[in-house]
Amino acid sequence: MKNNQKLIRNFCIIAHIDHGKSTLADRLLEFTGTISSRDLQNQLLDDMELERERGITIKSRAIQMAHQHEDILYTLNLIDTPGHVDFSYEVSRSIAACEGALLVVDAAQGIEAQTISNLYLALENDLTIIPVLNKIDLPSAEPDLIKEQIIDLLGCQKSEIIDASGKTGQGIKNIIAEIIKKIPSPKGEKSKNLQALIFDSVYNPFRGIEAYFKVINGSISKGQKVKFFSTNQEYFADEIGTLKLNKEPKDIIQTGDVGYIISGIKNASEVKVGDTITTVDNPCLEPISGFEEVKPMVFSGIYPVDTDDYEELRNSIEKLQLNDASLTFEPESSIALGFGFRCGFLGMLHMEIIQERLEREFNMIVINTVPNVSYLATTKKGEEIQINNPSDFPSLDKIEIVQEPYIKAQIITKSDFIGAVMNLCIEKRGVLTSQIYLTTNRVELSFEMPLAEIVFDFYDKLKSLSKGYASFDYQPDGYKTTHLVKLDIMLNGEQVDALSSLLHRKHAYEIGKKICIKLKDLIPKQQFDVAIQGAIGSKIIARETVKALRKDVTAKCYGGDITRKRKLLEKQKKGKKKMKQIGSVEIPQSAFLAVLKLND
Amino acid sequence: MPGIYIHIPFCSQACHYCDFHFSTSLKIKNRVISCINKEIKLKKTYLKDPLIESVYFGGGTPSLLSSKLINKILSSIRSSYKLAQNVEITIEANPEDISKNKIDNWTQMGINRLSLGVQSFRDSDLKYMNRSHNCNQIISALDLLISSKIDNISIDLIYGFPQLTDSFWVDNLNKAIKFNVQHISCYCLTVEKQTPLYHFIKNGTAKPLNPQQGASQFLNSKEILKNNGYIHYEISNFSKPGFESVHNRNYWNRSHYIGIGPSAHSYNGTSRQWNLSNNTKYCESIENNRSYYNVEILSKKNIINEYILTNIRTSNGIDLKSLSSYMNNDEYKRFKNKMSELMQSDFLTIHKDKLLLSEKGMLFADSISEDLFII
Ligand SMILES: Nc1nc2c(ncn2[C@@H]2O[C@H](COP(=O)(O)OP(=O)(O)O)[C@@H](O)[C@H]2O)c(=O)[nH]1
Ligand SMILES: C[S@@+](CC[C@H](N)C(=O)[O-])C[C@H]1O[C@@H](n2cnc3c(N)ncnc32)[C@H](O)[C@@H]1O
Ligand code: SF4
Ligand SMILES: [Mg+2]
Repeated sequence: MKNNQKLIRNFCIIAHIDHGKSTLADRLLEFTGTISSRDLQNQLLDDMELERERGITIKSRAIQMAHQHEDILYTLNLIDTPGHVDFSYEVSRSIAACEGALLVVDAAQGIEAQTISNLYLALENDLTIIPVLNKIDLPSAEPDLIKEQIIDLLGCQKSEIIDASGKTGQGIKNIIAEIIKKIPSPKGEKSKNLQALIFDSVYNPFRGIEAYFKVINGSISKGQKVKFFSTNQEYFADEIGTLKLNKEPKDIIQTGDVGYIISGIKNASEVKVGDTITTVDNPCLEPISGFEEVKPMVFSGIYPVDTDDYEELRNSIEKLQLNDASLTFEPESSIALGFGFRCGFLGMLHMEIIQERLEREFNMIVINTVPNVSYLATTKKGEEIQINNPSDFPSLDKIEIVQEPYIKAQIITKSDFIGAVMNLCIEKRGVLTSQIYLTTNRVELSFEMPLAEIVFDFYDKLKSLSKGYASFDYQPDGYKTTHLVKLDIMLNGEQVDALSSLLHRKHAYEIGKKICIKLKDLIPKQQFDVAIQGAIGSKIIARETVKALRKDVTAKCYGGDITRKRKLLEKQKKGKKKMKQIGSVEIPQSAFLAVLKLND
Repeated sequence: MPGIYIHIPFCSQACHYCDFHFSTSLKIKNRVISCINKEIKLKKTYLKDPLIESVYFGGGTPSLLSSKLINKILSSIRSSYKLAQNVEITIEANPEDISKNKIDNWTQMGINRLSLGVQSFRDSDLKYMNRSHNCNQIISALDLLISSKIDNISIDLIYGFPQLTDSFWVDNLNKAIKFNVQHISCYCLTVEKQTPLYHFIKNGTAKPLNPQQGASQFLNSKEILKNNGYIHYEISNFSKPGFESVHNRNYWNRSHYIGIGPSAHSYNGTSRQWNLSNNTKYCESIENNRSYYNVEILSKKNIINEYILTNIRTSNGIDLKSLSSYMNNDEYKRFKNKMSELMQSDFLTIHKDKLLLSEKGMLFADSISEDLFII
């Protein structure tokens, strides 16, 4: 195919979870003949097992389609992005690689949280928006009502909104036509020195890192010596190509097009999302704007359940990091759990994903300790220390001042929920900074609040009090003075360091009590009583007891039904493998995150 | 020592605690029995060594069938299988079904063991359980049985429910002992899901059980029955010497057995299978020659775990030599480590290469099996 910049369309799909992004992408690929229905596996782009199971997109991907429209052959690059705020930086880079976006809205659900925050990102990047009313086939669809919402939000014409169904295929042809007609071709200049934007990378165990990029200016050729701007590292472009169902090697990728590069890079940390690729011989002078080093926002200890697995855990985390450069780790140790790692994550979803991938992809059963943000303390002697771990927290009499990270948070919700959202934010130590009506019944509330507060149950509460109708986004906003205390947990009189957490003084008592109650639920009965105590300093603030098991014996192996009993016990045993023995008490993995589940 | 189990899935009334498979509608009784007779033929080739040492009519309530129907089943068995000279043939019976006539018929057709569902000698307990008999009927039944030709009689008793104080329980045990029966099973009441009792406890109309009470009454039974010449040969079973139930022993030492009738289980050493537990579906499948059971092939680990699970409950315990022959070195090493941990905390003891539960261990047999399992 001759590469003509005018005939390229780069677009992404913006949708709230479950509004049909992945299904619609499948239909587009099918319609353009990029894949045959025989090869079609549902949700083709979400190829990570975890993504399929959870129905979420974790990593960005790109796929190229060719489509003949009015006798002209166009190149359509679909860039699939995650939607969650934990990955908002990756999303912003993928969006920056596009000229247009499909705004997909479920015809029965209407505009929802993620739709809005990602739409704003798209508008900031001047993307052309094509509104799509999806699931039009549903009997519960309310096209007129939802179209009003879309018009409210975009200020578009009713006739511009495409009725579509990823299920029946209705509207797909129309969507393709609109993409070609409305989305501008990429703007860059062929004659300029190479500037390519890296928007994601994946790890290939045989060939090293594959980085995905969009050529903003100039072009990139196979074998060329290239340089990554932020790291200043040089590589040979061993293989470049475009992404169809499989990789298709090419000799050159021209201005405006999307492709991949393989250059023997073994470590993901060298390939930073947002970085600029240029050539060594004719380098560009400026990098593409918008590059940031992503920094971990929350920290948690990861320990092997079986202490013998420490080295294997290190290997596994190292491998994961090859794949996911936003994960950071360093060794630490705990009296209760032995040797492990303090890991840094982009947010809570990221943390959950890492834990699950360790289990699935590396068969590592791990314990995650209570997550916390990173605090700055100044001691009375004037030392400054960074605290990423409750056990680093000095005793209160040694501390002069503690500071905690703040964020600027924006919440967009229906005006009906303003009261409830404000109460939540105030409870979470937030301060309202502005309140703007976007339409008569949609409002944007801005707050300054401590990052630590969103680590604990903030999303869940926000979601439930707004019936899912609240979008939430935030940016870091420096450090502020705080009053921090350390809550310790003791089991049968022994302090379990891995259960300690850092809490604001205002909530410590209440949360301490709740944690003890939750632990009582989570710790199974043992052959003796287990006393659970919560303490701040030397003061006990809560106490619960898990009563001893008195007996555990089947009266009868029912009518030869030995299978049932055996299976039950085998299953329990497998469950116990995931428990950690501390002193003589067996604690399930989940107990270490009790503090996150206080409202379940 | 293969055995045959026949499940008779009918009862006159549903006991509140019971989750065995049974129906209180007798409409399709004859149809079920025909299917049972057909299944007896179908299973003819299930066992490799078909000399049958035990036949067991269980349920449900086999005693509510007419002697004629029981006889028909026994005849089918006799025409398809070879029964050992000293075959044990047991029938489970409810007290209200016992009559001189029935006992005579049963003995005539070769039934030589009877297990009587007494549960308690107190009317208020029987009412709590929703049993269909009262204490007087128990006494009459036992009187008839004691003077009959059946010289291997077993009594089932239940303990561990709130209104049964320790002294009431001891009374029940002593009454059973006074009849000098050969065998006594003492079952701690288990609250099974999907039983009326479960719902009563959940909605607060019945008191929840107190496990402490179950534990102490277990220890009562053990002591009192031992003092009266009964051997505690399995967690819930006691017998005079030489009167251990052959049928039960088969389950525990993994002898092969054929289970006939809705919900019955069969085992042939490498797989277990269980019949549909719905009378109509069972009949339809049998009648139309469709599959009427599910099968599970046992892995080597499954077999080891079953060995542990069943043998640890018996007074013979786990034979360490034969167990080690099933396991590889690594598995045996792990097993031994767990074992010594459990011995140190007094849950297990070793006697002549046999691993046994201690008295304390018996109360935790399930957790201990689980600890010893290989996964
Ligand atoms: N009825 C109907 N269901 C759809 C349509 N598109 C997607 N779905 C279903 O909606 C659910 C979510 O779709 P998915 O593509 O995973 O949404 P995503 O989370 O936005 O990627 C799945 O169960 C789909 O089968 C549609 O047009 N009509
Ligand atoms: C299922 S019955 C069959 C025999 C006869 N229908 C009867 O009730 O005696 C066998 C024995 O199982 C015991 N059993 C049944 N369900 C039980 C439960 N939930 N808890 C304890 N024992 C139970 C009773 O003691 C009963 O005697
Ligand atoms: S305990 Fe016996 S009589 Fe009562 S319902 Fe169960 S099987 Fe029937
Ligand atoms: Mg999806």
